[in-house]
Amino acid sequence: MSWDWDFAISILPRLLSGAVVTVQATLLGSTLAMVLGLAIAILRRTAHRPLRWTIHSIVEFIRRTPLLVQLYFLFYVLPDAGILLSPLTAGVLGIGIHYASYTAEVYRAGIEGVHRGQWDAARACNLRASQTWLHVVLPQAVPPMVPALANYLIVMFKETPLLAAIAVAELMNQGLSVANFHYRYLEPLTMVGLFFVIITVPAMLGARWLEHKVRQTR
Amino acid sequence: MALSIEDWLGYLLLLGRGGMVTVKLTIASCAIGFSLALVIGLCRLSRFAAIRWATTAYVEFFRSTSIYVQLFWVYYVLPLVGVNLSAIEAGILGLSLNTAAYGSELVRAAVQTVPREQHEAGIALNLTRWQRLRHVTLPQSFVVMLPLFNNLSIEVMKLTAIVSLITITELTFQAQIIRVQTGSTAIPYLASLAFYFLFASLIAFGFRTLERRFARGHEGVRG
Repeated sequence: MSWDWDFAISILPRLLSGAVVTVQATLLGSTLAMVLGLAIAILRRTAHRPLRWTIHSIVEFIRRTPLLVQLYFLFYVLPDAGILLSPLTAGVLGIGIHYASYTAEVYRAGIEGVHRGQWDAARACNLRASQTWLHVVLPQAVPPMVPALANYLIVMFKETPLLAAIAVAELMNQGLSVANFHYRYLEPLTMVGLFFVIITVPAMLGARWLEHKVRQTR
Repeated sequence: MALSIEDWLGYLLLLGRGGMVTVKLTIASCAIGFSLALVIGLCRLSRFAAIRWATTAYVEFFRSTSIYVQLFWVYYVLPLVGVNLSAIEAGILGLSLNTAAYGSELVRAAVQTVPREQHEAGIALNLTRWQRLRHVTLPQSFVVMLPLFNNLSIEVMKLTAIVSLITITELTFQAQIIRVQTGSTAIPYLASLAFYFLFASLIAFGFRTLERRFARGHEGVRG
């Protein structure tokens, strides 16, 4: 079987419509992961021991189970409890929550990297907890973690084909349905793969440049 | 639909059988993937530019395309060029090649943590290249590698769930079958989540035991 250009061009619009959904899912999911991860990292520093332990257990459980099964859980089990999610919502929630457990580790490392003296100084200046976080700790903790967070953004982008399993009409889903319909797998699957290379390679170079930049300013 | 106890036992057995396939897939992919990772990771530090470029291209290719796309490509496109793989072979091939790409980065990073002086001392003692690798570099980088490979093993275990999409009857696939046949959702998915969690915890425990075993005698050398 050889490559058929006409077929490849004819399926391009359909794949592009899928690519738009892929990008949407990535951006929404990663936004959720970034925000939720920070919340987890801050909550894990609480002095309240049972709360700390509960969060730790939940995060470990999420990290040690596959995203695919978590997606099935959100998509098939929650409706039985009366919570009906659209495929895209379930997908974004799944990716966001799963990767929040990873970004939380990045934030934790960043927060621990802030010198103890900074906390003491904030207390000496009579800052409230919220002021300490917003004006002292986070402005120093976040910049060094940007490259690591950027890497997770790329990872999440590469995880989106998984959403095809819960019927989100993203790129992989469109590619597979075109392939099944015409019974031609070479062009659609290769083009889907190429799409990932085209986006990921510059993104990885960008992340590496960021890392270099951060190391220089330190 | 009301199911009898015998029905549930039958379904539990199905999940158990799927779990065994998950365990086998994880072990096979880790064994092949880690061995390849060691070779590729060392090749990326080779003296010869051609070897470095080839292995860099391999790693970057696998890291820049999604594992899902790779898996479907291996399963659906390779047969078109005459390579016919069964679903399980395609699954293990896809997982191992991917694991090798990520693992080789860990090997490379770990080998680079060995101080230059160790390398120079090896030369001063007139050790051959192979002896330096075998007796100086690898034992020291192995201690650094273990915790990294702990994480990677758990990632591989989690990745095995996706081979259910190319019809391999592992744990997630069986959970899907049970959902379709019984309409019950909570039990099959919660049971499989619990299985994955326990398996991952077992892997983590095993690696931590290994780490303690291999860290002996290295405390003074590596902080």
